[in-house]
Amino acid sequence: MASTTDTAPPGPTAPGAQAPPLPDDPAGLKVVPARHYARWAAAAAVVVLVAQFTHGLATNPVWEWDVFRDYVLSETIVQAVWVTLQLTAYATVLGFLLGTVLAFMRLSRSPVLQTVAWTYIWIFRSIPMIVQLVFWFNLSALYDRLGFGIPFGPVFWSVDSNSIIGTIGAAVIGLTLHQAAYAAEIVRGGVLAVDEGQLEAAAALGIPRLRQIRRIVLPQAMRAILPTAGNEIIGLLKGTSVVYVMSIGELFYQVQVIYGRNGRVIPLLLVATAWYVVLTSLLSVAQYYVERRYARGADRTPPPTPLQRARRFVRTLRAEAGRRHRPVVPFKPLGDIR
Amino acid sequence: MSDVMVDVRGVHKSFGPLEVLRGVDLRVRAGEVTVVLGPSGSGKSTLLRTINHLEKVNRGWISIDGELIGYRRSGNRLHELKEKDVLKQRTHIGFVFQNFNLFPHLTVLDNLVEAPVAALRRPRKEAVETARRLLARVGLADKADAYPRQLSGGQQQRVAIARALALEPKVLLFDEPTSALDPELVGEVLDVIKDLARTGTTMIVVTHEIGFAREVADTVVFMDGGVVVEQGPPSAVLDEPQHERTRAFLSKVL
Repeated sequence: MASTTDTAPPGPTAPGAQAPPLPDDPAGLKVVPARHYARWAAAAAVVVLVAQFTHGLATNPVWEWDVFRDYVLSETIVQAVWVTLQLTAYATVLGFLLGTVLAFMRLSRSPVLQTVAWTYIWIFRSIPMIVQLVFWFNLSALYDRLGFGIPFGPVFWSVDSNSIIGTIGAAVIGLTLHQAAYAAEIVRGGVLAVDEGQLEAAAALGIPRLRQIRRIVLPQAMRAILPTAGNEIIGLLKGTSVVYVMSIGELFYQVQVIYGRNGRVIPLLLVATAWYVVLTSLLSVAQYYVERRYARGADRTPPPTPLQRARRFVRTLRAEAGRRHRPVVPFKPLGDIR
Repeated sequence: MSDVMVDVRGVHKSFGPLEVLRGVDLRVRAGEVTVVLGPSGSGKSTLLRTINHLEKVNRGWISIDGELIGYRRSGNRLHELKEKDVLKQRTHIGFVFQNFNLFPHLTVLDNLVEAPVAALRRPRKEAVETARRLLARVGLADKADAYPRQLSGGQQQRVAIARALALEPKVLLFDEPTSALDPELVGEVLDVIKDLARTGTTMIVVTHEIGFAREVADTVVFMDGGVVVEQGPPSAVLDEPQHERTRAFLSKVL
C-alpha cells in the first residue's frame, strides 16, 4: 500500500468498493465528461421560445413593418433623433462639469462648500425630473427677468427670461441640473476610490493642487467613474423622452405626433425603439473603448479588443486555408499569432 | 554649526488625545546619513512626515537649510504658509514611501517627469533627459516605458527613489523603504540607498534594517514613546547602548 501512495496522486475512492491502484502513467486513464441533462433541456426550451418570438415578430401583421420602413429614416424622425442627441450631449457635458465641481465641493475642507453641495444634491435628487422640467418651462412665472448687478443691490442689465431661455434651453437646464446631482455622487465615489497615498505622493512632490486633481486623481478615478457614468448617460439618452411634456420635437414626442395623426401606434413605437437601441449600442461601444483607455497601467497586459480578436480569428482562418490549399509551398503565417 | 541641513526643535504632535511626538530634537548635518530606529508606534514615521509638513506640528519648529518649514517668521510670530508655498518647499525634500505610491496610470518615465515639469516648470525635454539619467543610475534604464505594476516591488521602490531625486532635493527622507518588499528584493533597494550615501546625499532613513544602519549611518537615532532616547555613531548606539530601552529593543531585533 505504501508504494502506491508514494507514486500515484491521491484520488477519491468509491465508497464501499476498493478501487484498483491508480496507474503511474496518467495517459492510461480516460476522462468521461459530465453530462448536464437539465442544462441541455433548459437550453432547448429557451431556444424554442426565442424562435417563437422571432417568428411572431416577422409574421404578425400588427407590427406593420412596411410602416416602420417608411418612417424609420424619414426626415422628421432623423431630425427628432438629432434633437434627442443634442439634448443628451448638452446635459451630459454640462451635467458632469457641474457634477465634478459639486463633488469637489463636497470633498473640500470648507464646511460652507460642503453644505451647499450636499443641499444641492439632496434637493435635485428629491425632485422628479418631470416636475423639475415643468418648473423650468414656467420659469418666467418664477423669475420674469434675469440680470446682472450687485447682490441685493442695483441691477445693471437684465432681460426677459423667456427671450434668452427658450424651450430647448429650459429642457437643457432641467436635464443638466438633474444630471449634475447624480454625476456629483458618481465623481465623488470615483475620487474616494483613489488610494490616499496617491495624493500624499503628489503633495510630497510639490505638484500644484489643481494639477494633482487633473493629472493624478481624476485619471485614476475614471476607472471607478466610467461604468456608472456609462449607465447614467444611457439613462439620460432615454430620459430625454420625458421632455415631450414641453412639446420639444425630440424622438418620442415626434413619434407621438405622427401616430396621433395616422393611428399607426405600434410600428411608430418600434421606430422609436429601434433608434434608442441603436444609439444605446453606439454609446456602449464608445464606453468600452474609453474604459480601455483609462485602464492603462492597471493591467499588466490589456486584453485584445473585439476588433483585434476578430482580425486574429480571420488571420488564423486564412492561415489554415493557406495550409490546406497549397500543401507543397512552404508557408509560415502562424509566426505572429499568439 | 552652519552646515546643519535639517533642524528639528522641540516638536510635539498629537492625533486627538494620542501624543505621538513629545518634544523631539534632531540635527542632521549636510551630507550625512541619519538612521532612525525604534519600535513601532515610537513616532519615527510621524517625525519623518512632519519634516516635509505632511503632518502639521502642534509645537516646536523644523527648518531645512535654514528655512522654516510650513511657516514664515516675522518677529515673534509664525505665519502659517499657504498650501502653494508649502508645496514649493516640499520640492526641496524628497520623500520615499513604504508603499512606493508610484502613479500607476503613468509610465515610469512620466512618473519621474511629472514633478519637475509641474512643480519646477522645467522644460519637458530637459526633465526627460534627467529622468533617463536617474533611471540608469538605479539600474532601470530599460524600464522607462513600462507601467509601475509591470515591475517587481524592488524595481518600483527604485523608481520611487529616482522620482524623489528628479527634483534634486536638499534632503531625502525614507519611510521604511524596504518594509513592503519580499526579503530577496530588500538588497537591491538598500544598494541604491548606499550608493546615494556614498555620493554625499543628506538622508534620514527610518528602517528596521540594523545591518544597513551599522554599515551606512553616520548617526543612529533611537526613538521610543515619542522622544529621542539615544543618538550617536552606530558603534556607540548599536554596540554600547546607554539606555535600558535601547538595549531591550536591540536584543529583540538583532
